[in-house]
Amino acid sequence: MGGMINLKINDIPISIEEGASILDAAKKINIQIPTLCHHDDLCVAGNCRVCVVEQAGMKTLPTACSTPVTEGMEILTNTPRVLGCRRTIIELLLSEHNVDCPHCYRNVNCELQGLAEEYSVDNPKLISLVTDESVEISSPSIRKDSSRCIRCQRCVRTCAELQHVTALCVANRGAEMKISTFMDRPMDQVVCTSCGQCINRCPTGALVEHNYIAEIWDHLGDPDKYLVVQTAPAVRVGLGEMLGFDPGTRVTGKMVTALRMIGFDAVFDTNFTADLTIMEEGTELLLRLKKALLDKKPVALPLLTSCSPGWIKYIEHEHHSLLDNLSTCKSPQQMFGPLAKTYYAEKAGIDPAGMIVVSIMPCTAKKFEANRPEMKVSGYKDVDYVLTTREFGRMIKQAGLDFKNLEDSKCDSILGKHTGAGVIFGATGGVAEAALRTVYEIITGREVPFKNLNITAVRGMEGVREASIKIEDCVDDWKFLEGVSLKVAIAHGLANARMLMKQVEKGESPYHFIEVMACPGGCLGGGGQPIPTNREIREKRAKAIYEEDESLELRKSHENPEVQKLYEEFLGKPGGRRSHELLHTSYTARS
Amino acid sequence: MIDINAPVTDPGVKNALDKRGNARESLLPILLEVVKENSFLTDTAMKEIAGALDISSAEVFGVASFYEFLPIGYNGKNTIRVCKNISCYIEGKDEIIKAIEDFLKIKAGETTRDGKFTFKTANCLGWCHKGPAMLINDTPHTDLTPEKAIALISEYT
Repeated sequence: MGGMINLKINDIPISIEEGASILDAAKKINIQIPTLCHHDDLCVAGNCRVCVVEQAGMKTLPTACSTPVTEGMEILTNTPRVLGCRRTIIELLLSEHNVDCPHCYRNVNCELQGLAEEYSVDNPKLISLVTDESVEISSPSIRKDSSRCIRCQRCVRTCAELQHVTALCVANRGAEMKISTFMDRPMDQVVCTSCGQCINRCPTGALVEHNYIAEIWDHLGDPDKYLVVQTAPAVRVGLGEMLGFDPGTRVTGKMVTALRMIGFDAVFDTNFTADLTIMEEGTELLLRLKKALLDKKPVALPLLTSCSPGWIKYIEHEHHSLLDNLSTCKSPQQMFGPLAKTYYAEKAGIDPAGMIVVSIMPCTAKKFEANRPEMKVSGYKDVDYVLTTREFGRMIKQAGLDFKNLEDSKCDSILGKHTGAGVIFGATGGVAEAALRTVYEIITGREVPFKNLNITAVRGMEGVREASIKIEDCVDDWKFLEGVSLKVAIAHGLANARMLMKQVEKGESPYHFIEVMACPGGCLGGGGQPIPTNREIREKRAKAIYEEDESLELRKSHENPEVQKLYEEFLGKPGGRRSHELLHTSYTARS
Repeated sequence: MIDINAPVTDPGVKNALDKRGNARESLLPILLEVVKENSFLTDTAMKEIAGALDISSAEVFGVASFYEFLPIGYNGKNTIRVCKNISCYIEGKDEIIKAIEDFLKIKAGETTRDGKFTFKTANCLGWCHKGPAMLINDTPHTDLTPEKAIALISEYT
């Protein structure tokens, strides 16, 4: 193992490490081979066959994605035979696909449509074998349209490999084979976390989010409605990809301008409530540590973060014994809703009955979260609508805005001001880093001992990461923490979270605090972000998040002046009675 | 939710797990054992197997639904499958089917009221040279006549 293999592709010699596929080798010399079932984040499947190539000495055509390179191999990628076969394969796939493209949500962003165009499939010879199964709409987050499914199984592999949920499975055999659920049940009756990672990897429109664009336009046109909007941190580093920018471009200012031009009455930022979350969750962590270490009373530790609604639904299904470990803090989205309809409504003199709170989120599980029955503490539905980054991108196009040339502008006050700590919530490790920046300073009265406040140990794309900070020279209130090493772990992707939870269940977890994000890369790789996704794109978005953090003057949640004002004027103190009423929640064990 | 510590209530599942263990690669042998014991798979049985193997119930369902011989939902104690392909057709499979339907008082695809038999037609059983052919559970029977078929089935009543 580990040796180099020499081969030729289209007569070009190339040397590549053993174990690489023909597809990898071709990519290296800038030859593109079409794929559908292949995805960089997933294991090899080799079922769609569209990546066939010719190999000297072989009668049949091997698939480039699933054939490893061998010494002396000679591959041809664009002979008439190869192109003809690929065209036939695409036609066969199309014969089973509902080709009503203009009526599809993925129109012009569909991999199958793209290949049909590339290979000039303009003379259909095959009869249609499309099934007339109805679209499955039971989930508030995900719509599943089997008539558009090409059975590539990317969704099934995503759900199993990245999330270890396996809500989706392959059922039946041969012509009857389809993507299904346990006993073919509706999506809202199976163990689905609504994370939407399947949507991000679906090459066609078979899996899409439940979209609410039309409803928002209706409300925008209604003079009796007052529309308040919040945008999550990860949206500003993904949105640009839909509107002509390269991955990793920050479009914060243009995004705010676009929201105003579309007609939202008040433009706020979920980063504000991300800062607030740190105040509440940091306090909760300190109180739990106090109970455990000073009072020596039983208390659930490690504390698990609760910002990611896909993660919450997962743990509610899969780890009932750990629900007490979850922070009782609502996610920033759900903290924003009730504050908008109470604190802001009061200050601005607006009747909350006519207020519509809209969230722009990188997430599909947020749609589920907003619909949880307990999320009505303001006396109204706290968050009325959740749009994904993709839906918002589409609204900008529908509004006819020349996004690339928009001026920058800033969010409104009083739920708009934020610090860099709020911004990094959008990346895996960000909540842990933001919490450490604040908690360490509360305990010791000093800034975290990292250059420029950047706690690089918790950053990155490793599935599970850990860090520890030794606490020394505490202020008087927190003397009992003197000499304690505060241990933090981070997991992103539920398959990784599961490993840490097994450890907690066995009582072997060494950590005080565990941050979990359901999606790979954290929210920036969320199920509502622009398609496609892969590690390279996620890393670029993460880089942008950290740049945004560094660009801000304030980088610690407890220094957010509007958050301080909120506590003074309205909430009292972190973890206080009013905070508990509005900002904290409880969890439900699900079967 | 999948709870690996939940007690197994289905005796067929319990027996299969005792015999085959709970490794992921034992899934098919376990499913076969359960079908041998219970004649078919229920929702509960599949969930309990998933729990014991620490895999998703959808995965168990996916595997079971691939195989004709792992029936999901109610199925008779014995399954009769008459070959419907061309060689058996030429040799008179229609008469065999009619005789069985008259004898059991059900149509192909149905199960008798007493739950003893499920009657199905099947694609080629590989006995073309000795058609018409049928399977009763795992045993092939060939060179059938209507009388012979009824006599064979009667042995299971």
